[in-house]
Amino acid sequence: MASLTLLVNGSEHKVEVPPSEPLLYILRNHLDLTGTKYGCGEGQCGACTVLLDGRPVRSCRTPAQSAAGKRIETIESLSANGELHPLQRAFLEEEAFQCGYCTPGMIMSGVALLASKPRPSDEDIFQHMNGNICRCGAYQRIVAAIHRAAGEGAKS
Amino acid sequence: MKKLALAPDAEQHLVEPLRHIFCVNRRELFKLLGAGLVVGFCARTVLAQESGRAQEHEVPDELASWLHIGGDGKITVFTGKVEMGQNIRTSLTQQVAEELRAPVNSIMLVMGDTDQVPFDMGTFGSRTTPQMGTELRTVASAAREALIEMAAQRWNADARKLTAQNGAITNPQTGQSVAYGELTRGQKLTKIITSDPALIPPAQWQIAGSPMPKVDGRAFVTGQHKYTSDMQLPGMMYGKVLRPSAFNSALASFSANGADKLPGVKIVRDGDFIGVAANELASAQQALSLMQAQWNSPQQISEAELFPYLKDHPEQEESRGFGGRSNHESGSIADGMKAAAKTLAQTYTVAYIQHAPLEPRAAVAKWNGTKLTVWTGTQRPFAAKEQLAEAFHLQPDQVRVMVPDTGSAYGGKHTGECAVEAARLAKAAGKPVKLVWTREEEFTWAYFRPAGIIEVKSGIAADGTLLAWEFHNYNSGPAAIDTPYHVANKKIEFHPTENPPLRQGSYRGLAATANFFSRESHMDELAHLAGMDPLQFRLKNLNDERLRAVFETAAQKFGWGKQAASRERGFGIGGGLEKGSYVAACAEVAVDPQSGQVHVARMVQAFDCGPVVNPDGLRNQIAGAIVQGLGGALFEAIHFQNGKVLNPHFRDYRVPRFRDRPKIDVELIDRKDVPPMGAGETPIMALAPAVANAIFSATGQRLRSLPLAPQGLHLSG
Ligand code: FES
Ligand code: FES
Repeated sequence: MASLTLLVNGSEHKVEVPPSEPLLYILRNHLDLTGTKYGCGEGQCGACTVLLDGRPVRSCRTPAQSAAGKRIETIESLSANGELHPLQRAFLEEEAFQCGYCTPGMIMSGVALLASKPRPSDEDIFQHMNGNICRCGAYQRIVAAIHRAAGEGAKS
Repeated sequence: MKKLALAPDAEQHLVEPLRHIFCVNRRELFKLLGAGLVVGFCARTVLAQESGRAQEHEVPDELASWLHIGGDGKITVFTGKVEMGQNIRTSLTQQVAEELRAPVNSIMLVMGDTDQVPFDMGTFGSRTTPQMGTELRTVASAAREALIEMAAQRWNADARKLTAQNGAITNPQTGQSVAYGELTRGQKLTKIITSDPALIPPAQWQIAGSPMPKVDGRAFVTGQHKYTSDMQLPGMMYGKVLRPSAFNSALASFSANGADKLPGVKIVRDGDFIGVAANELASAQQALSLMQAQWNSPQQISEAELFPYLKDHPEQEESRGFGGRSNHESGSIADGMKAAAKTLAQTYTVAYIQHAPLEPRAAVAKWNGTKLTVWTGTQRPFAAKEQLAEAFHLQPDQVRVMVPDTGSAYGGKHTGECAVEAARLAKAAGKPVKLVWTREEEFTWAYFRPAGIIEVKSGIAADGTLLAWEFHNYNSGPAAIDTPYHVANKKIEFHPTENPPLRQGSYRGLAATANFFSRESHMDELAHLAGMDPLQFRLKNLNDERLRAVFETAAQKFGWGKQAASRERGFGIGGGLEKGSYVAACAEVAVDPQSGQVHVARMVQAFDCGPVVNPDGLRNQIAGAIVQGLGGALFEAIHFQNGKVLNPHFRDYRVPRFRDRPKIDVELIDRKDVPPMGAGETPIMALAPAVANAIFSATGQRLRSLPLAPQGLHLSG
């Protein structure tokens, strides 16, 4: 067991966990941040995507220890003040989901993409998002939502 | 075993049989919900009417669906259907809002909670819209009439002069108006519908028929929606199950190997079932890796022997098996073949595939004395309830199953095995237990879309008229097995296989995808044999007007015949009908002549499911079905050997990703003159043959097995 301090969505959390325990389970089972999903546990689907110091990572493959001291952001952080992030709004406007299970991971990957490339091309989106699976097949709308949010970002 | 009127069609979706109907006791309703107006609809009456059996009379406690209007004007609708991404929470809300003339945000659906909702067979077979949608519209319409009646009494007015709009009844003559809640306040009224009230015709829809955003969309984009796998109960433990090394194995020996000494860990052994419940997921995991079990596994059929096996082991007993027989015969094949100018015989195959819903099976089970409550993502909450009652020898009223809106299913979650496992662990642990299957478990221990082998023989006249059509489907299933083309001599048979090598079950669209693939590939081959354009060849042999319309619409929008195929570009078409809805697809594929990689660049799909309830939601469903169908068409296949799945991971079971997605155009044919039909399944069916035919048009290679190109194409020269 290791005693770790994690900086999640702007607040510090002390947890007692096996050091190699994936960050995903700490978020979900210890901090009740269940917006981050389990889809495979193998780094193959992106449902568990969170931001670590602003970079998207698969939290199912990220040992808790390696996340200590870094800024961890989950889907819950985006609307912390009650107002939706432009990409969340765009997902609603484009209805870029069906069952919604992939959605938090998609949005976190998309947020990271928009942070590094405010006006991504289709190709940029494919390249960046190919590790995120949507079994409901909402890809076309997710691409549209990212473009929509990018457009809004440019306007504001 | 009770068979409902819809059984022959629905049966193909069942993995285990139904046994009895559970009754909702409406006397309990007001206790649950407070005063108000309850309007219910009795399914038995309808079934009896439909099947023309007079002896079944109305059973008031057996409501098929019902709603409650509280004194605050809040409308609660109860349905046994469940939401798994097919967007019915929204489309059913729209339909109720329409008939009841009430604001959408005053309506709440309670779905899939067996203590609260009326019995329902399950959410599958594209029946929600035609069946549940119509029932709820009926209930809502009766409620509207009841409210008008109540207002008429209050004002001593003529009911026929009053109108319902936006949650209130108005008297246009006097200007009086009263909100629904005001009318129902303090009342304890029930109204059971015995006759069919008039429904608002689709042409006059105001709320239904237009795009509407998902009613609870915000919860999904903020991560707030709680799927079963997200639930936490006080004192809850985490479960894991020790799986056998192969299918059909028996436990030979077991050693806890110290796992039982771990703190906060409870090992559960019951027959061949071995599981663990632990305070921490990590310790459950640790216990699982410590435990040692030996299994005796029989020799089992491997993938390499699959197709000959399926064909050579017909089921002995006719009535058993996946869907039963489904034969169509007319004329004489021998005569048709003799008269034919050209004949053709070909064999097609489809692989076993997995649904791979992104949320794997999950359940949270909690015992309270002898009352068991389980939350789980299943398409059939009442079947799961029964399965639990049976497993733990409980009475039906001791089991409650609740289905939180689920991370998709696609026909893959008809069963309750995860619920039973969680309940077993919870019983032993004396605490609530959550069990979430791993991806590997989901790929291995869930069930599979049946593999199949399909043989087609046909004959055409010199002018391309279809003269003979013989079609045999081994094991994959009878859905959409009949041909929609006009042919005087046909023989169509489904042959179930005895003991197929993998556990098979329902999959979005069932065998229709396999039967569409074989039929529409074969039709394409015949078109080339006849020297005709594939679209013209189809139209020549088609009488069904609605099917013609989808073919023509898709072709026109696609620009069919406008562009010549090349080694790098091919164009294909396919279509058909199933469950009352019509689909045609045109595919454009891009082939890399160097690497042999195939990419579906563009899909145009025309679709007709009658009057459209939520056009935007429908487009979303159709595009999603196309993307999902792409996986089964091009690369998805379960590999297995001697009782083991060899590729139970997303890294070796390829599913469609962003890069695979084609540009998709959906053309909806909105028909107000026919009843609305479901749309969850048929849109997946036309893609595979359209893509196979497009690959042929580019390369001259006729691929007759799904998946078509798991490793790309082998191009010579
Ligand atoms: S759960 Fe982490 S990538 Fe799938
Ligand atoms: S919306 Fe269901 S997996 Fe993406």
